[in-house]
Amino acid sequence: MSFLYELRCKECGKTWGNVPRSFCEDCFSPLEVSYDYDSLKKIARRENLAARPFNMWRYAELLPLPEDFSAPNATGGTPLVASHNLASQWGLKNLYFKNDAVCFPSLSFKDRVVATALTAARRFGLETVGCSSTGNLANAVAAQAAQQGFDACVFIPADLEPAKVLNTAVYGARIVRINGNYDHVSRLCAQIADRFQWGLVNVNLRPYYSEGSKTHGFEIAEQLGWTLPDNVVVPMAGGSLITKIAKAFKELVILGWVEPKPVKFFGAQATGCSPISDGVKRNLVRFAPQKPHTIARSLAIGNPADGPFAMKLIRDSGGWAEDISDPEIVAAIKLLAETEGIFTETAGGVTAGVTKKLIAQNRIKPDETTVVCITGNGLKTTDAIAAEFPATEAIAPRLDAFEAYLDTQLGATASAAGGKR
Amino acid sequence: MPVTIEIPTAFRRFTEGAPRVDCSATTIAEALNELTTRFPALSRHVRDDQGQIRQFLNVYLNEEDIRFLGGESCALKEGDRVLLVPSIAGGC
Repeated sequence: MSFLYELRCKECGKTWGNVPRSFCEDCFSPLEVSYDYDSLKKIARRENLAARPFNMWRYAELLPLPEDFSAPNATGGTPLVASHNLASQWGLKNLYFKNDAVCFPSLSFKDRVVATALTAARRFGLETVGCSSTGNLANAVAAQAAQQGFDACVFIPADLEPAKVLNTAVYGARIVRINGNYDHVSRLCAQIADRFQWGLVNVNLRPYYSEGSKTHGFEIAEQLGWTLPDNVVVPMAGGSLITKIAKAFKELVILGWVEPKPVKFFGAQATGCSPISDGVKRNLVRFAPQKPHTIARSLAIGNPADGPFAMKLIRDSGGWAEDISDPEIVAAIKLLAETEGIFTETAGGVTAGVTKKLIAQNRIKPDETTVVCITGNGLKTTDAIAAEFPATEAIAPRLDAFEAYLDTQLGATASAAGGKR
Repeated sequence: MPVTIEIPTAFRRFTEGAPRVDCSATTIAEALNELTTRFPALSRHVRDDQGQIRQFLNVYLNEEDIRFLGGESCALKEGDRVLLVPSIAGGC
């Protein structure tokens, strides 16, 4: 299929074929995979999907895969959860959560991007793969590298959550902790990719990597019965995912798989690291980079590479960007768990909490179909909410002890309820 | 020659292959001007049509992005390193 796609500069349009490179050597702007859609229309048919398993590879024709590709795993294919409880609480008729907290194999949407990046690494003959990561990406690289026989070397900020570090170490990956924030790690990785012949998935393999994000969008459209939503709320760190969901929707329209429809794109950030939402809200031409200070570390990118594209998409679509404080993030994590049974990490708390804010601002309206993108699992960031749930006192294994416990907990109400406790 | 500018591989075709270039500038703006005066073909890759540093080119003074240091006007001292790095990030 290699003749159907190649790398193209997003700014100057120069094409570069298919190589492990993420930026245009002429203008330093990012490269992305560009497809020959006229040819794709002839071979990519929606009806062909019926016979394929429900995972990200069912959209193979719309991904940058080599001709001899065979699916290495069953990544993607996550639930689109129709909300009842939170929809009712927020006064919405059609609210959905796209739940990549249960993405295979490492419980975040990063499994999708790593899947396409490692396919590219194999194609380019790269034996060592790695990444700069705020945690989820390192987990995904380590897991899939182990399964597919790559050496893995990942670079992380030294203060990352212990669970995320452990979830990388367990797969046997080499972990290099960097004294600095994510932006320092990212800069170092750009220099490493310049020096070594490694496949750094979000550096020199970034164009192939980011195409994997499209499958999150393809699945949303398919799970909505091959229709597009009115609104999508997406967490933003580097700003890539929101633009790739838009690309996915655009491609489905080009192929005639869905009817054209205006979709508003809403970006969500933590106030403690909000360069993109700040840029949108202040209508800046260029965003101002920030020093991250938030519990939402998976979104803590102060200098987002795709920020300019995310800002443009949000503005052009008629959407908006918002950000919420750390206490609001914790409250939103609890709210989503208590109402929908979805335990998300801090980034998901950001997205859920920002959705609530957008509804209050009347930017998301009751009759519209709204999809909220949950991109990671709560088990990875338990530190962020642990203080909310202090350990309770243990009781003796006796019925009277339990009754005494209930009386203490419920007071007079429990006593009055008698046997109906 | 107090300040060193480190040149990424992609730019070395304009610097006769040199991985670093020494200069005597006292600000970032002067350093970039000295670099592009010496290697004029590099000029349009460093600055856009409005004369601003290109949006996807990050410039660092030692460990810090110059946008946190007041931008191009920030002062240089002997032994400083100026890094030119393409904008790259992970996360979602």
